Amino acid sequence: MKSRFIPLLMTFIVFAAMYLFAYSRFSSFGSMRIVGNLLRDNAYWGIAAIGMTFVIISGGIDLSVGSVIAFTGVFCALMIGRNGWDPIPTFIVMLTIGTFFGATMGMLIHYFKIPPFIATLSGLFLARGMAYVLSTESIRIDHPFYESVSKLVYIFPDKGRFTFVAGAFLLVLFIGIFVAHFTRFGRNVYAMGGNPDAALLLGVPTGRTTVMIYALSSFLATFAGIVLSLSKQSGDSTIAVGLELDVIAAVVIGGTLLTGGVGYVIGTFIAVMTLGTIQTYLTLDGSLTPWWIKIVIGVLLFGFVGLQKLLSSRQGLRLFSFGRDRKELQQSA
Amino acid sequence: MNLERQQANVHRGGRGAFKTLTSVMLNSRLFWTGLALLIILLVNLQISPNFFEIRMVNDRLIGSIINILDNSAPYILLAIGMTLVIATKGIDLSVGAVMAICAAVAVTLIKQYEAGSTEFYVQPGFVILITIGVGAICGLWNGILIAFLNLQPIIATLILMVAGRGVAQLITNGQSPTFTNDTLAFVGRGVVWGVPFPIYIAFIALILITLLVRRTALGLLIESVGVNDRASYYAGIQANTIKVFVYVLSGVCAAIAGMIVAGEVKSADPHKAGLFSELDAILAVVIGGTSLLGGRFYLTLSVMGVLIIQSMLVGLYVSTLHPTTNLVVKAVVVLAVLLLQSPEFRRFITQPFRRLR
Repeated sequence: MKSRFIPLLMTFIVFAAMYLFAYSRFSSFGSMRIVGNLLRDNAYWGIAAIGMTFVIISGGIDLSVGSVIAFTGVFCALMIGRNGWDPIPTFIVMLTIGTFFGATMGMLIHYFKIPPFIATLSGLFLARGMAYVLSTESIRIDHPFYESVSKLVYIFPDKGRFTFVAGAFLLVLFIGIFVAHFTRFGRNVYAMGGNPDAALLLGVPTGRTTVMIYALSSFLATFAGIVLSLSKQSGDSTIAVGLELDVIAAVVIGGTLLTGGVGYVIGTFIAVMTLGTIQTYLTLDGSLTPWWIKIVIGVLLFGFVGLQKLLSSRQGLRLFSFGRDRKELQQSA
Repeated sequence: MNLERQQANVHRGGRGAFKTLTSVMLNSRLFWTGLALLIILLVNLQISPNFFEIRMVNDRLIGSIINILDNSAPYILLAIGMTLVIATKGIDLSVGAVMAICAAVAVTLIKQYEAGSTEFYVQPGFVILITIGVGAICGLWNGILIAFLNLQPIIATLILMVAGRGVAQLITNGQSPTFTNDTLAFVGRGVVWGVPFPIYIAFIALILITLLVRRTALGLLIESVGVNDRASYYAGIQANTIKVFVYVLSGVCAAIAGMIVAGEVKSADPHKAGLFSELDAILAVVIGGTSLLGGRFYLTLSVMGVLIIQSMLVGLYVSTLHPTTNLVVKAVVVLAVLLLQSPEFRRFITQPFRRLR
C-alpha cells in the first residue's frame, strides 16, 4: 500500500462504516432508492466540490462557489421562467458568464497578486450581490424542457430512481478524474500545487493554468447551479449560503491536502457521499437535531486532518506501513 | 530593498528629495488606505450633504459618523485579533462561530439569572467573565491545533467554524433566546457621555493592544514568527506560545464582539450572530495593507480597513440606491481598494505613461 493512498482508503473506510451503520439502523439504505436519492440530492454541491478539488490541489481556494450557484439559479429562473428564453441557449450563456467570471478571478490572482482567498471572497460578494439585484424572491420555472428532464429517469427494479441529475454528477466525476490524471492541464495543476516556483522553472505555464483552474471551478459551480435549478425547478437568491465551507470540508475529508499538490477527485466524491449519508441518516432518524450534522462534519474534519498529519510524520508512517514497504515509505518521507 | 534605495536617495538630497518624498508616500500603505477612506467619505458627503453632521438628542450623539463607529465596534475588535493572527502567517476563520457560541453562552446564563437563579456564576459580572473565558478556550483550541499539532491555520479554524455554529445551536437548543438584563445589554447599547459604549470598548482595546505589542517586544516576536517560525524558534523565541497567544487573543476579541452584538439586539441568534463576520474581518485586515503572508502587521490600518467597509455600508444606507445592490457595490469597492494597493496593478496602469517621463 503506497502511503499516498492511505488518506483515500481512510475516506472510503469511513464512508463504508457510516453506510453500514446507517444500513443496520434503516434497512432502506440497502435499496437503490436511497442510493439514487443520495446521488440526486448531493449532485449539485458534489459537482462544485469536484471543481474545488482542482483549485485546492493547485494550492488555492475558491470561496465564490455558493454564490455562483445561487446566481446561476436566479439567472436561469429569470430568463426561462419570466422572459421566456429557451433553456439550452440560457444554459450556454450562463456557462459562458460563469467561466468568464472564474477566469477574471484567476487573472486577479495571477497578474495582480491578490491572494486567492481575498479575490474569490470579492467574487462571493459580487455573485451573491448580482443574484439579489436580479431578484430577491424565489422564481418558479414552468417549462416543458424541465418537465421532460425530470422524466428522464432510469427506474431500478426496486423503484429506485436514477435521475438525469445523478447521471450528470457521475459524468462530471469521470471527466474530472480523466482531466486530473490523464491530461497536461491536470499534471500542471498538481505541479503548481506541489511547488509553484519549481513548476514555473520547469516550464509549466502558471499564469494560464491559474486562470484555467478558477475558470474551471466557476464553470462547474455554474453547472452545479443549472443542475440545482433542474432538480428544484425554481431559482432563489438566498440558497447555498455558506455552501463553499461544506465543499471545502468535503474536499479535505476526501484526502486532498490544503497545502496543495496532493489529492484525488474520487476522494472528494466519496466524501460528498459520506456527508450525504449522514444527512440522510439524520433526516430519517428524526430524533437527532439538525445542528448535529455541523458538529459531525467538524469532528470528521478534525479526524481526517489529524490522520493526514500523522501520516506525514515519520512515526505515523511506521505506524501505517505494517512493516512491509518501509524502505519506500522512508524514502518518500 | 525598495526602502534602502529610497534612503540612499534621501542622503543624496537635492533634486532627488522631492521625487523621494513622493515615492515614499506612494509606496506607503497609510497613503493608499487613507486615500481610499477619504474617497469613500467624500462620496458619502456628495450623496448626503449633512453626512458629517452630529447632533445631540436625549444626551446621545446622533449622526452618520457615530453610526459608522458604532457599527464598526465589533469588527474593530475582530480585526485587531485577526491582524495579530495574520501577522503570524495564520488565519482565523472561526471568529464568527466563536461570536455565536459566546453570545449563546452569555444569553443562556443571563436567562437563568433572570429566572431567579442565585448561583454565583449567573451574576451579570460573572457572565461577562465566563463568556470571555469561553472565547479564550475556543482560541486556545485553535492555537493548540495550529502550534502543537502543526495543522494548517485555515483548516484548524475551519473545524471550529463549521462545528461552532452547531455548538451554539446546541447551547440555545436551536432557539434565539432574548433577555432584558441591563448589564449585558449595556455592553451593546449603553451610552457614556453621549457616545455608544461599544465605541469605547473598541478603541480602548485598540490602544491597549497597540501598547502591548509596540511598547514591548511582543509585536516584533509576532512578526518574526510570521516570517519564519522555525528560525524564530532556533533564535530562542517560543514560537508555539506566541501562536497560541494570538489565537487566544482573537478568541477573546470575538467573545467581546459576540456580547456587543447580543447586547445590541438583546438576544442571541446562533444562526445569524457573526455570520460572515470572519470574512469581513479578514477583508478589513487585507484592505488595511497587512499581507496574508504574515510577518508584518498594522493595527491602526486594519481599523481603517474596518472603517472603509462600514463607511461604505452606511453611505449605501443613506443613498437612494436600492438595498439589493449593497453587496455588488461592496464587491466593487473592495476590488477597487485591493487593486489600488496592488503594486502590480499600479505598474500595469502607469505603464503607458512611464515612457513620457
